Amino acid sequence: MDFAIDVDGLVVRRGGRTVLHGISTQIPAGSITGLLGPSGSGKTTLMRAIVGVQKVAGGQVTVLGKPAGDPALRQSVGYLTQAPSVYADLTVRENARYFASLYPGITSADADQAIVDVGLGDAANQLVSTLSGGQFSRASLACTLLSKPKLLVLDEPTVGQDPVLRDELWKKFHDLAAAGATILVSSHVMDEAGRCERLIMIREGEIIADDTPAAVRAKTGTDDLENAFLTLIREKVAA
Amino acid sequence: MNGRRLFNTTGRVLGQLRHDKRTLAMIIVVPALLLTLIYYVFNHNRFIFNHVGLIMLGIFPFVLMFLITSIAMLRERTSGTLERLLTTPIGKMDLLFGYALAFGLVAAVQAGVLTAVAYWAFGITIAGSVWLVVLIAVADAILGMALGLLCSAFARTEFQAVQFMPAVVFPQLFLCGLFAARDTMQPVLGAIAKVLPMTYAVEGLEQIGANVTPTAIMWRDFGIVIGAAVVALALGAATLRRRTD
Repeated sequence: MDFAIDVDGLVVRRGGRTVLHGISTQIPAGSITGLLGPSGSGKTTLMRAIVGVQKVAGGQVTVLGKPAGDPALRQSVGYLTQAPSVYADLTVRENARYFASLYPGITSADADQAIVDVGLGDAANQLVSTLSGGQFSRASLACTLLSKPKLLVLDEPTVGQDPVLRDELWKKFHDLAAAGATILVSSHVMDEAGRCERLIMIREGEIIADDTPAAVRAKTGTDDLENAFLTLIREKVAA
Repeated sequence: MNGRRLFNTTGRVLGQLRHDKRTLAMIIVVPALLLTLIYYVFNHNRFIFNHVGLIMLGIFPFVLMFLITSIAMLRERTSGTLERLLTTPIGKMDLLFGYALAFGLVAAVQAGVLTAVAYWAFGITIAGSVWLVVLIAVADAILGMALGLLCSAFARTEFQAVQFMPAVVFPQLFLCGLFAARDTMQPVLGAIAKVLPMTYAVEGLEQIGANVTPTAIMWRDFGIVIGAAVVALALGAATLRRRTD
């Protein structure tokens, strides 16, 4: 199988504390993988290591065949930070067009399309500082999608969005994956887990499940992924 | 370096200022008002105003650009936009020179307005060319910008960032020869003044004020100011880390 991401024995220490304890996982190309776990479990740190912005203490991360953070990857990896990272004192369109201009071959039309894709077509000329919280994070998402990356690393992209929009965003992610993109999306909401093709469940810097949602359900004997997660934690604690 | 990324960064920074009309107005108006204040402080003493006013044409752009850049860069860091930028193909030099060009253009307008006010409203007497005054003032602004950018890397909060202004700017102001001639200072201070870039900014302006044609010392001073700005920008680039804790 072709892997878009290969994490091998990744160790990350932050502020004297070990955040990731030698994690290993492989993420197939063209898939949607959910990264699930409670707040503080190491989801963001793992994503940052994959994008190549995290200092690592050990292990290897290979992304699209290159070491994570390789300059050649900057065009093909799109990263959505958990806190929206766009300029509050620019309009949505100005933000998108600026970020589009940083990528070779990406045009203003791509920027405008990404704005429509995240449902901000009507707010394109609005200053980001005047947007609602949900719109603010979608403006940030638009700036990640516009470069048409081969790998999308999305840190909680659907938090605070209304259910209809959340559904539309997930459809968009599936469209992108169908077109060949690999998507790694984190969430602490278990009801989103069912929308992923694969799940990586992480707790206190260790992977406690790495499988398809169906396999996780079967293994734990429950249909509810929230309960499945609990069962896995209890098994781990008991072991 | 990549022209498209650099110029689009310049456009983006100017766009941010365009949406913040009050800041833009203050950049242009505040130095002119301060110069007016100085003119009336030295009421009827044309000799002192010709000296102090001329030096202020270089100092105001330096101080303002230092403050604006250190806050702008701190905002890039705290809002996460810097981290996002560093995951895109943009080069650090595209980003830094994009900023330098944007603030350099704003500084040119600021210095132009300030010099025009000094010249026409207050009849400041300068032996040399007014254009050279603007040139040195813009160089001072770029130096302020480069130092502000460097200092912002050492500030975690806005409270810290604004305090770098007195910490970095005031000593240069005290030692540059404005308050006391450098050769009359305690000798250690006189020696320190020789390695502070603002000393040369002020000396360059004094050279224009006293000489009809540009002097070799003035060009040397201009070179030192620009050189110090480039060194500060390069050090600033080193503080932009793609990989962080």
